[in-house]
Amino acid sequence: MIKILKYSFSDLIRSRWSYIYLVFYLILGFSLLFLNNDLSKAIITLMNIIVVLTPMIGTIFGVMYFYNSREFTELLLAQPVRRSRIFLGQYLGISISLALSLTMGLGIPFLIYGIFQSPEIFNFLMLLVSGTFLTFIFVALSINIALFNTNKIKGFGYAILMWLFFAVIYDGLFLISLVVFNDYPLDNLALTASFLNPIDLSRIMILLKLDISALLGYTGALFQKFFGTGTGLLSSIAMLLIWVMIPIFTMVKKSERKDF
Amino acid sequence: MIAVQHIGKSFGKLTVLDDISFEVNNPGIFAVLGPNGSGKTTFLKILLGMVIPETGKMLFDGKDISRSFKYRNKIGYLPQVAQFPDNLTVVEIINMIKNIRQQPAHSEQLISLFGLAKSLDKKLGTLSGGTRQKVNIVLTFMFDNPVIVLDEPTAGLDPVSLIKLKDLIQQEKNAGKIILITSHIMGLVEELADEIIFLLEGQIFFKGTLEDLKSKTGSEDLEHSIATILEP
Repeated sequence: MIKILKYSFSDLIRSRWSYIYLVFYLILGFSLLFLNNDLSKAIITLMNIIVVLTPMIGTIFGVMYFYNSREFTELLLAQPVRRSRIFLGQYLGISISLALSLTMGLGIPFLIYGIFQSPEIFNFLMLLVSGTFLTFIFVALSINIALFNTNKIKGFGYAILMWLFFAVIYDGLFLISLVVFNDYPLDNLALTASFLNPIDLSRIMILLKLDISALLGYTGALFQKFFGTGTGLLSSIAMLLIWVMIPIFTMVKKSERKDF
Repeated sequence: MIAVQHIGKSFGKLTVLDDISFEVNNPGIFAVLGPNGSGKTTFLKILLGMVIPETGKMLFDGKDISRSFKYRNKIGYLPQVAQFPDNLTVVEIINMIKNIRQQPAHSEQLISLFGLAKSLDKKLGTLSGGTRQKVNIVLTFMFDNPVIVLDEPTAGLDPVSLIKLKDLIQQEKNAGKIILITSHIMGLVEELADEIIFLLEGQIFFKGTLEDLKSKTGSEDLEHSIATILEP
């Protein structure tokens, strides 16, 4: 597995898109910090970008890499290696290279700005942690979609829909249900709903850490009331971990039964 | 060495292989032939564990291959389409496969045979189809495997490399190996094959030597025998 990880990582890290992704974060980080001159504002802006952008890039890279490397995967399948190792290796290769672009792209400007001398360091780390989680989750979900759909166009379509659902549609549906069922107690529904969407979950997680109640929103406020800040953080991290494990599990299961 | 027992496979409504059984024990070159979509590639992929059969089983060295992967240490496979990660170089891919298989390899010989020395540091994405196929051939033949599976090995090769490939296949045969080959180029099959396995509509239509097939169909060469089978 480590061998396959190593090679798919070194393939990806040299691809043009990894550089574009890295440069994008570099520009974003530098311009936010040095134009704004306010660390906490920069972190909040970045959070809003990261919770939408990392899932999107993860989704697109995941399906694209899977479909592009189909023949190469066949070559690997003919080698004396376990199937699960091949797919886990490729999955980790994609996720780690994307997470590295994120960490370096934002880390360098923040380091230069002097994040270590600031109390905001933990908030910034939280931002990177949740971005990394979202990358791992959405790459796994998109590889699942690609494994279940041999047709490239279909798979790509479903993957984009999946991202759109979690990033945009989910919130819309949630708000509509809040309006429609206004007369009922909705606390538990709202809590469950935020657990079932990794994007919402990481947004709440960062906001809990930032401790800005004005930005928490309805679910965030519930979260804080229900769990308090400390337990809220821990339980959202635990939930994000589950969000990583489940798609990895189905990915391994499906890959063992699939024909290539 | 290889025993095929009642293998069946369908994709959706389409039955690709229907209750196929045979054995390959002695060394030699076995050509798996058949029209497009007759299940040649599917059969080879079942042998390699890439496609999972619905019925029946495949034995390699007397052992069932399902849920096993170590047996693939003894098979060299040349896939139909040569496609590699674009950003790795030729050396890297050769080292990677060596690294995965952990077997003694003689890649230098093959690299010089196919004139790949000057392309070693090039990225795979920039290579032409024929050069990529040569890399593919090096990857397949650099190990000393008792079984070699070749799926359309001549695709994109120039005549000089084609001759070299044929010599290579003959050498491997003389070394006492089992070589399974599919091809649509009948000249190549006629030149190389010791035995022919002809698949038609998911079943073995014919298994035997070239001479048997010619006398069975009453034709002079392989091309015409096959044409007689397909359009009587």
